[in-house]
Amino acid sequence: MSRPIPSSAPPEPPLRPFPSPARAFVGGLWDGVGLPAAVLFASAAGFGSIARETGYPAALAVLSIVTVWGMPGQIAMVELFAIGASMLPIAIAAAGANARFLPMTVSLFPLLKGGVKPWAWAYLLAHFVSINTWVALTRRGPSLPLDQRAPYFAGFSLLCMAAGAVGTAIGFALAGVLPRTLTLGLVYLSPVYFLMVFAGVRERGGIIAVLLGAGAGPLLHLLSPEWGVPATGVIGGTLAFLLDRKVLGRG
Amino acid sequence: MGETGPIAAMIAASAATYVWRGAGAALAQRIGVGGAAFEWFSCVAYAMLAALIARLILLPGGMLSEVPLIDRVGATVFGLVLFFAFRRQIFIGTIGGLAAFVALAHLRAETWL
Repeated sequence: MSRPIPSSAPPEPPLRPFPSPARAFVGGLWDGVGLPAAVLFASAAGFGSIARETGYPAALAVLSIVTVWGMPGQIAMVELFAIGASMLPIAIAAAGANARFLPMTVSLFPLLKGGVKPWAWAYLLAHFVSINTWVALTRRGPSLPLDQRAPYFAGFSLLCMAAGAVGTAIGFALAGVLPRTLTLGLVYLSPVYFLMVFAGVRERGGIIAVLLGAGAGPLLHLLSPEWGVPATGVIGGTLAFLLDRKVLGRG
Repeated sequence: MGETGPIAAMIAASAATYVWRGAGAALAQRIGVGGAAFEWFSCVAYAMLAALIARLILLPGGMLSEVPLIDRVGATVFGLVLFFAFRRQIFIGTIGGLAAFVALAHLRAETWL
């Protein structure tokens, strides 16, 4: 399996390196403007309105975008907060909801090796990993020199985080004010966008993994709302890996 | 015993989420691109993300769960058809699916559906 490219629209212009690492940072910021920021803004607005309904304070809801930076875990956090759960159940629920960040970081960060010195910086950069930023660095990273990849990733991530923080504040302020149809659209934008991103996967192991994951995920979620999705990832990913590598071979 | 405060809740969620990312950074240092371990983690990441997205559309929580399943699936299929018809352009598929979804929600709100 060569490096997977989730987004692969043919008319894309050829990707060229930036003149310097500083310009790569700015380039990352610019690449975040558009659909990635809009999607973050929309799902964060949904989160802001949920936070308000659950009685979670606005300032902390905005701060949680930066400190948690993983939407399903944040939603679990405010929902459990609302019913007075203690820290351990909140931590377990957030861990289950955000477990994807382990395989995502492992499959993304080899791109940064050689460009991030010392590697301790990778522990800071790992905090930025999210679906949006994973897709961006997977797509753009290989075309950049090693020393431009981390600045690009940081710029893109910070722009997305800012969009999420603003979206949360606005969603909180406008909870219950926006028409229901518009709010529904905001909440639906993120899943439909990421569905298109992963429908565009072209490499065989990735396609098998996406199909198995999409098919089995909802079923396992019914069995275990907290760990169904991570379990699907491990089972479906392992099956896809074996099928791609051992059964179908290099053909 | 008092209830968990909002700050304690955030610390718990932040720490539990970061543990995965930190472990990922540690593992990535030991794994080479193109090796079997790297391919396995990539497959797991793809399957887990696809599972999450399918779950969000088919078995959502909150407001989306109040929308009929047929509307969620119908709008998504419409977006996918546009996506593949227009040379896999993410923007077209996303906006098409979103427009269909909002249109269906509006028609239901006006009791035309």
